[in-house]
Amino acid sequence: MPEAEGDGLAELYQELILDHYRRPRNQGSLEAHTSRVALANPTCGDELELDLLLEGGTIRDVRFSGHGCSISQASASMMTQLIKGKTLDEARRLAARFSEMMRGSADAAHDRALGEARALAGVARFPVRVKCALLGWSALEESTRDHP
Amino acid sequence: MRDPRADFPILGEPVHGRRLVYLDSAATTQKPRQVIEAVADYYRRLNANVHRGAYDLAVRATEAYEDARAAVAAFVGAPDPRGVVFVRGTTEALNLAASSLGRLKVRAGDGIVVTAMEHHSNLIPWQLLAQERAARLEMVELTPQGELDVDGYRRALERRPKIVAFTHVSNVLGTINPVAELARLAHEAGAVVVVDGAQAVPHLAVNVAELGADLYAFSGHKMLGPMGVGVLVGTPELLDAMPPYHGGGEMIRTVQDTTATYAPIPHKFEAGTPNVAGAVGLKAAIAYLGALGMAEVAAHERALTGYARERLAAIEGLRLYGPEERAGVVSFTLADIHPHDLATIVDSEGVAIRAGHHCAQPLMRRLDVPATARASFYVYNTREDVDALAGALEKARALFGYARA
Repeated sequence: MPEAEGDGLAELYQELILDHYRRPRNQGSLEAHTSRVALANPTCGDELELDLLLEGGTIRDVRFSGHGCSISQASASMMTQLIKGKTLDEARRLAARFSEMMRGSADAAHDRALGEARALAGVARFPVRVKCALLGWSALEESTRDHP
Repeated sequence: MRDPRADFPILGEPVHGRRLVYLDSAATTQKPRQVIEAVADYYRRLNANVHRGAYDLAVRATEAYEDARAAVAAFVGAPDPRGVVFVRGTTEALNLAASSLGRLKVRAGDGIVVTAMEHHSNLIPWQLLAQERAARLEMVELTPQGELDVDGYRRALERRPKIVAFTHVSNVLGTINPVAELARLAHEAGAVVVVDGAQAVPHLAVNVAELGADLYAFSGHKMLGPMGVGVLVGTPELLDAMPPYHGGGEMIRTVQDTTATYAPIPHKFEAGTPNVAGAVGLKAAIAYLGALGMAEVAAHERALTGYARERLAAIEGLRLYGPEERAGVVSFTLADIHPHDLATIVDSEGVAIRAGHHCAQPLMRRLDVPATARASFYVYNTREDVDALAGALEKARALFGYARA
């Protein structure tokens, strides 16, 4: 549909995002986990549970489950890809960078460290959907809050 | 019904450079000029605090407020305006009902019956009451078509609950409950009947006396009126017996140091300065709906809802929820496109719909969906609005990679 070009929707619903929505990476739960955090967005009903396995300050494994819109699910899926194998400090830096991108930072949107998650840069144009994209990252923040 | 669209200024406000197609009237309705002007006119010419001024302006403000009460009583068939209590909205009306009726009627082990199609505002107050009083809260199930399971309702009544609370019209499915029959059965079982009429009074000709509801709640803002004004209609005998809800000014007769006596109904339930402008605006909304004719309003919505069901059902992958016979609310899902994504996409075409659990999580669990998209109709909606929705949903299909049917 040609009118999709100007309204940002074609970018919002690009193939990579729909692919993560329909085939989420690292989906499920971890029997051996060091943290399990469930978050919900009460206004829209999205739910997400994030399991982390931390070993010596490194995220050895990560899984997520839940349900929600394409943006929340794709974003969580992309996040798990990014943080697996990273140290907590690295993961926190990525979270901060992703937040900047959601606030419209062009610099963050071009940061290769964000990998496929850069596909979500267009969410910044839809303020009511930013919280969807941040749901997984918020769960990560809560999971790692008590760690040094 | 005459075409009222020209009376609604907001319909001329563009959205994303397009015509606003407002399909969220179950959440709140838009306001006609006549209501907006009635509120402004009240503040311009009549504003004073009611019921306690000796001066002319206060007398006239009080008259305007009490005139609004009489208009509400006439509109919903309440035989006595003293049975019309002004509140902030349906939520406050139902909290008043649960709190006050609970103190009057409910003891440990007593039963309270609700249904699985309630809005949270007709569920949580009863949950709170049941917890506080150690009462038994029971939820009546629905049929697969989304109608109340009347046999299940009868079984619940066999345990002789003290209070039965149910909605007149479901805000998700549009199901219209047979209130008169349900109320008769409840009364035979000795229960008090509380009805959530938020989705009914705006859309159907409602007569609370004929329905037999003991307490009946609705909101002004869902029927062309202002936000922040609503109504609890009750039989004067019951309201007389019920203890006050909020304490404060306006609701007392005499006050001693440690006790007080209370004003007669309805003022016993109207502590504090009421929303007089809201009541005046609600009266204007009632006059507006009266001039359109509630039978015509209902017929317009029925025709439009039928057309919408037909148009939407033709979209590949679209699933409709709820019964065939219904009020002007259509809930649906479309293939694997999440309702929030649908709402974002149709918004880009100027179409405003709601997505989510619609404050009815127990119902969502029974439908086995986390959320639905919902379009709801009112007097200003047209077949073109339905066509715009259908077109926008096709755009959503295309964006999610589905071929055009």
